Amino acid sequence: MHVPDGFLDAPTSVGTAVVAGGVVAACLVRSARHELDDRSAPLAGLVAVFIFAAQMVNFPVGAGTSGHLIGAALAAVLVGPATATLCLTVVLAVQAFLFADGGVSALGTNVLLMGVVAVWVGYGTFRLALAVLPRRLSSVSVAAGIGALVGVPMAALAFVGLYALGGAAPIPLAQLAAVMTGWHVLIGVGEALITMLAVSSIVATRPDLVYGAHGRLPELELRTPEPVA
Amino acid sequence: MSTRRLVVLGLVVSALVAGVLSFYASAHPDGLTHVAQSLGFASSARSSATSGSPLAGYSAAGVHDPRLSRGLAGLAGVAVVGLVMGGLVLLLRRRSPRRER
Repeated sequence: MHVPDGFLDAPTSVGTAVVAGGVVAACLVRSARHELDDRSAPLAGLVAVFIFAAQMVNFPVGAGTSGHLIGAALAAVLVGPATATLCLTVVLAVQAFLFADGGVSALGTNVLLMGVVAVWVGYGTFRLALAVLPRRLSSVSVAAGIGALVGVPMAALAFVGLYALGGAAPIPLAQLAAVMTGWHVLIGVGEALITMLAVSSIVATRPDLVYGAHGRLPELELRTPEPVA
Repeated sequence: MSTRRLVVLGLVVSALVAGVLSFYASAHPDGLTHVAQSLGFASSARSSATSGSPLAGYSAAGVHDPRLSRGLAGLAGVAVVGLVMGGLVLLLRRRSPRRER
């Protein structure tokens, strides 16, 4: 969903950059104060690297179209939503500056769509799903998949909203919304599957590191004595 | 599994995905590009200011074998993202008070 330069006019691009910059600044503070701790910090670096790698692998979604993981819900569940915004921002910046993937003037737009909307809608959906699902550790990866499934089309709709504000060409917005949502629901299914696979593999090996699993660890884990630091 | 081992394993998986698996990615346009083409606003895209980058388009400049070129670009990206995010995490950790959990 990397928006190239030129799809949105200059005022809209500047506006999204300002909003995205503000959210990223707030996430720097929140991540340091509430999310990153000494044990989970290495996972944050790994999550950003994995998202970059996975985004190189487009999967077909039919009729000559492809999609790739965004990784927003995946990151939010594993390392916390503010840290996830930072992960996506780093990935998108490296892609824009080194790989010419996503425009440089559109970087704020891309951070807003994938690093903010997909992350926070995905995380909010994850929390709602987790509240409804059975209180089991395995519900964490299922809820993460649901967050991914909802977050991707919502980011696509956010693009439509931005296009309504400052799109470069006159396009019927209802039609744009319909086709953007349709394709990104399909991409969201792929996103959900990869997210469930990735989250469940970390939950299976080190559930104590998973931000979204806090308070869900089995009794056995809680009785394990902490190693002396 | 120790955290160190988990991170090393995850980095190996990521390097394989970016360095090897990425060659087999679908070359079809992604959802947004497809929509832009079908609704007729794809032409408003301008080529990126960084399109002259030696890694532009996920291919390493000067490497003619396409498999090797994409693989090397992927590995370079993995390294850069890892260094930038790793550095950021270290900075943030240093500035935040030590907490017990």
